[in-house]
Amino acid sequence: MITDKIINNSSGFTTKLYLDKHISRRFNEELEQVRTLVMNMGALVEQQVNDGLSALLNADLDLAQKVIDRDNDVNNMELEIDEYCTKILARRQPAASDLRLIVSVIKSITDLERMGDEAVKFGKNAIKLAKGNLSENSCSENSFAETEGARPLIELKHLGNHVSKTLNRALTAYAQMDVQQALIIIKDDKIIDEEFDNNSRLLVTRMMENPREIKNALRVTWCARALERIGDHTTNLCEYIVYLVEGKDVRHGNMNRIKVTPPPLEISV
Amino acid sequence: MKNLDIKQVELTETVGNIYADSAKMSIRNADVYYGSKQAIHNVSLDLAKNQVTALIGPSGCGKSTFLRCLNRMNDTIDICNITGEFTLDNQDIYAKNLDPVLLRARVGMVFQKPNPFPKSIYDNVAYGARIHGLTNNKAELDEVVETSLQKAGLFNEVKDRLKDPGTGLSGGQQQRLCIARTIAVSPEIILMDEPASALDPIATAIIEELIDELKEKYTIAIVTHSMQQAARVSQHTAYFHLGKLVEMGKTEDIFTHPKHKLTENYITGRFG
Repeated sequence: MITDKIINNSSGFTTKLYLDKHISRRFNEELEQVRTLVMNMGALVEQQVNDGLSALLNADLDLAQKVIDRDNDVNNMELEIDEYCTKILARRQPAASDLRLIVSVIKSITDLERMGDEAVKFGKNAIKLAKGNLSENSCSENSFAETEGARPLIELKHLGNHVSKTLNRALTAYAQMDVQQALIIIKDDKIIDEEFDNNSRLLVTRMMENPREIKNALRVTWCARALERIGDHTTNLCEYIVYLVEGKDVRHGNMNRIKVTPPPLEISV
Repeated sequence: MKNLDIKQVELTETVGNIYADSAKMSIRNADVYYGSKQAIHNVSLDLAKNQVTALIGPSGCGKSTFLRCLNRMNDTIDICNITGEFTLDNQDIYAKNLDPVLLRARVGMVFQKPNPFPKSIYDNVAYGARIHGLTNNKAELDEVVETSLQKAGLFNEVKDRLKDPGTGLSGGQQQRLCIARTIAVSPEIILMDEPASALDPIATAIIEELIDELKEKYTIAIVTHSMQQAARVSQHTAYFHLGKLVEMGKTEDIFTHPKHKLTENYITGRFG
């Protein structure tokens, strides 16, 4: 799980941004606390995405319901971190890297929360697909999840695995403030988009071949779409890493703004 | 990551951009010594015309010393030795034939503590105009006093008691009186050495608003200990550390992504 990595890597994060070097120790603790809260939220969202996918692929209704219910926790974490950041802004007037940390956190948690919402879609569609199959099984032999119909779900599994791994890498990069890794993930988003397109084509073909399955095929399409969106939010997270560490805005394809620069010079005067 | 390793390098030159497109005042390779102790090490920078340049840095970093060089206030200190080029509109301000008193009329100064003369409000503002003989008669002098007080945002508060002593005003009003006194001799540059550090937040806000208006007519250099104040009022920020100019650049850049670790440490309240 990502949480273990976060704990292992937390020292790297702290050293890189010198979060523990403020004259005010209380300020150190506050920034550290924000960081911990965000990483906890990231870990929860990652679990939601993985559990949602698992519920969808294994038609696990209990797990699907659990994912739906747990979204509330994700939402509450967003509120909590937002409030914490507002307090820091009001009381500390952070500047430079501290300011960038708070700004990037406020933006990151919005993306994390949206990823949580996408995970809920897996849960809801898992339930609908399972129920749809049950009712269709009684009147049709050619149900979506069976034999040849299982193909789109396999494709979805492939896309899901890829997105889940990317999210994991992004959260690790977030924990380590690893700009190089973040830039690689941003570039890799194309692969997810391509896989999503392939998946969509496959589903369209399937719908044309068997119009009775359009309902279920659409549900799978929505899930694929949700995965693609999670990929986009993951890219956003990586863009915030670049902003936080380098102070450069690489959103909307402004990758030319970044030539990874050495960290600020340390001098002995 | 490779670039995690922080290099230990000697600070040889300033990071960022010291040049202004239209420089009102240019300083090149300034060294200042108090006796054998060097207070300023090879500082070069431009003061951009009609803009506010903030000089920031920890106590004893030389920012006030540097500011005082800009209107030859350090001339009064015998052991102070200044080298380097200081030009105002391409004119050497340390030229032998240049009268420092006239220079100080062109480059005015406002200090940390309001220091009105123990005279009336009117006489405080009229003082400079009188000694420089800028006006021919009482009517002209009245005019100068009124416009100066208006520019300093003080006129409406004191117009009915111009004969009252300047020392009877509140701290914030006294500071604006000093600004009016500076403006009265029509300077080109106004130097401010922590002009709001002895004032409450409201008086500070009024002074800052005033600085913003004054920059339309004057070039301003301000020394301040308040990071937020530098961020609010200035267009350019110069960070001094142990007598060296570490970094200079646009204020928005300095406060969001400074290039130098020392600048970052200072403005974020880290110990370096």
